[in-house]
Amino acid sequence: MAVLVFPENWDGKFKKLSFELVSYASKVADMLGDQAIVVSIGNVEAGELGKLATYGADKIISIENSALNALDDQAYAGMIAEVAQKVNASVVVLSNNNTGKALAPRLSVRLKAGIASGVGKLPVSTTPFVVNKKVYSGKAFANVEIKTPVRIITLAQNSFEVIESPKPVVIEKSDIQPDQGLMKIKVNDVQKLAGKILLTDADIVVSGGRGMRSPDNWGPLVEMAELLGAGTACSRPVSDEGWRPHDEHTGQTGKIIAPNLYFAIGISGAIQHLAGISSSKYIVAINTDKDAPIFEAAQYGIVGDASKVLPKLVEKLKEIKSK
Amino acid sequence: MKILVCISNVPDTTTKVKFVDELKKLDVNGIQWVINPWDELALTRALELKDDAANGIQSVTVAHVGLSTSEPTIRKALAIGADDAIRVNTESGDAYSVAAQLAEVLKNENFDIILCGIESSDHNGSTVGGMLAEFLRVPSVTCVSSLKFENGQPVVSREIDGGKEGLSLPVPFVAIVQKGIAKEPRIAAMRGIMSARTKPIKVYEPQAIDNLTEVVNYEMPKPRAACKYVDAENAGQLIDLLQNEARVF
Ligand SMILES: Cc1cc2nc3c(=O)[nH]c(=O)nc-3n(C[C@H](O)[C@H](O)[C@H](O)COP(=O)(O)OP(=O)(O)OC[C@H]3O[C@@H](n4cnc5c(N)ncnc54)[C@H](O)[C@@H]3O)c2cc1C
Repeated sequence: MAVLVFPENWDGKFKKLSFELVSYASKVADMLGDQAIVVSIGNVEAGELGKLATYGADKIISIENSALNALDDQAYAGMIAEVAQKVNASVVVLSNNNTGKALAPRLSVRLKAGIASGVGKLPVSTTPFVVNKKVYSGKAFANVEIKTPVRIITLAQNSFEVIESPKPVVIEKSDIQPDQGLMKIKVNDVQKLAGKILLTDADIVVSGGRGMRSPDNWGPLVEMAELLGAGTACSRPVSDEGWRPHDEHTGQTGKIIAPNLYFAIGISGAIQHLAGISSSKYIVAINTDKDAPIFEAAQYGIVGDASKVLPKLVEKLKEIKSK
Repeated sequence: MKILVCISNVPDTTTKVKFVDELKKLDVNGIQWVINPWDELALTRALELKDDAANGIQSVTVAHVGLSTSEPTIRKALAIGADDAIRVNTESGDAYSVAAQLAEVLKNENFDIILCGIESSDHNGSTVGGMLAEFLRVPSVTCVSSLKFENGQPVVSREIDGGKEGLSLPVPFVAIVQKGIAKEPRIAAMRGIMSARTKPIKVYEPQAIDNLTEVVNYEMPKPRAACKYVDAENAGQLIDLLQNEARVF
């Protein structure tokens, strides 16, 4: 038996999210007394696979094929299912990100495996197999029993620490091939924004709401984000108004993020906004209204005008940087 | 072309959820049920596409797994503009059983494009759409933020890390949609509400399908520590606290 984990690569490289996944799978494997086996799909740079061993992988099965560089839900799920059967996986771990959301449900059907998505912690128990997951967009948690012999978990991003536990690892090049008949998706064009920090990856996020008053006032917010190496986000009305790009919208109907630190600036803290950010470790609120609900969710707060407070924060950060 | 939109019935997003029966069940007292926000946007997009005759969309159907108590949600979708509806008459179970029930019905129908929302705002599973595609053995695209027609063929764009990918694929397929698919949900007009009463809802009896998962119980989040305030005049002090007390940078 084994715990199988699928850490995707980004242009041939792994990143923190991949290491979180492998760390998690390795700990679940410890609980079950099984091996942690990685399946990697697509071409990766030399040395990248070895990195995964640092986080406790016992074995790495690599399926390399340049036809696999764009995600095809059906073909990818087919290959992972094949590996899962081959290694007799009792648990399959994926990320609860775009890729995991595309593949996990298909695997569930292929393997007739119950699924729990957006899990943030190690299983509560292994017999019965129970995991804890967020429900009602963070308003509650559920302990879910997965009743099938094979279980699928998608791990919430930034919820599990990267743990180094290096092991001697076996890297096996697999001869599994995608089922060409299933590859029906044709990629016509790709648009990528270079240099922008991906919100779901960011450790710190600086976010503005309608209280920023005008799209012209974002200068100090962006400057603060740059000083902190943070991502920038916004509330829904801000992106609806076109003050900020849509991919910055956080909340129930936007991105769901869990950074270590979230600045909510001129954001009232509506329940639908909190749904996207309530898993942040620390929330800082800056708002003119001392009764704004965001202060109930925040650990640090400043009651004040964003246009006056932000320059002060920027100044202080510059002072620290210059030291 | 025929479009199907899968809709789920969820508590209004402002609901303060509570649980009863030793935290085993949602307290449904006083809950306002609405169409899951993503599904509502999917329906809106399907109707926008149908409005443009050049796209050649014959019909927009909605499908739902649930008891007759959720019929008001279906009627609402019909009032917004769907032509007809399918309901599988069983209490909705876990994602697997819902997708399996839908697949049993849909395998005998011929929809070209099936739209599902990226997640339901109750169990946040993000799973029914992908499962349905696998049961039906058709391609799927997840995190779709745009769906349109070019030269009579559907093209979708999906969000990838750091950007977007434009894709084409043959029908039938399942598109699992998210932010961007439509701007604002379409609202039912008076005429729509009147005509919804007579639009057909086909009711199917369920198959025997087991749930693969079961909620043991629910937990409420732990209350957070009270907010610590920093004086606005002294805002820089916040940075000190974050650095030395919270140690977040
Ligand atoms: C189905 C549904 C889904 C939704 N999904 C989302 C979602 O995903 N994300 C989301 O964000 N919203 C969502 N909403 C909308 C949500 O209900 C709120 O309307 C929205 O979050 C409010 O945005 P805001 O906080 O920027 O604006 P407001 O609520 O207008 O708040 C502005 C805040 O700024 C403060 N302020 C004003 N001036 C200043 C100043 N000079 N300095 C500092 N503070 C100031 C005010 O005191 C106020 O608290 C959804 C709503 C529905 C019905």
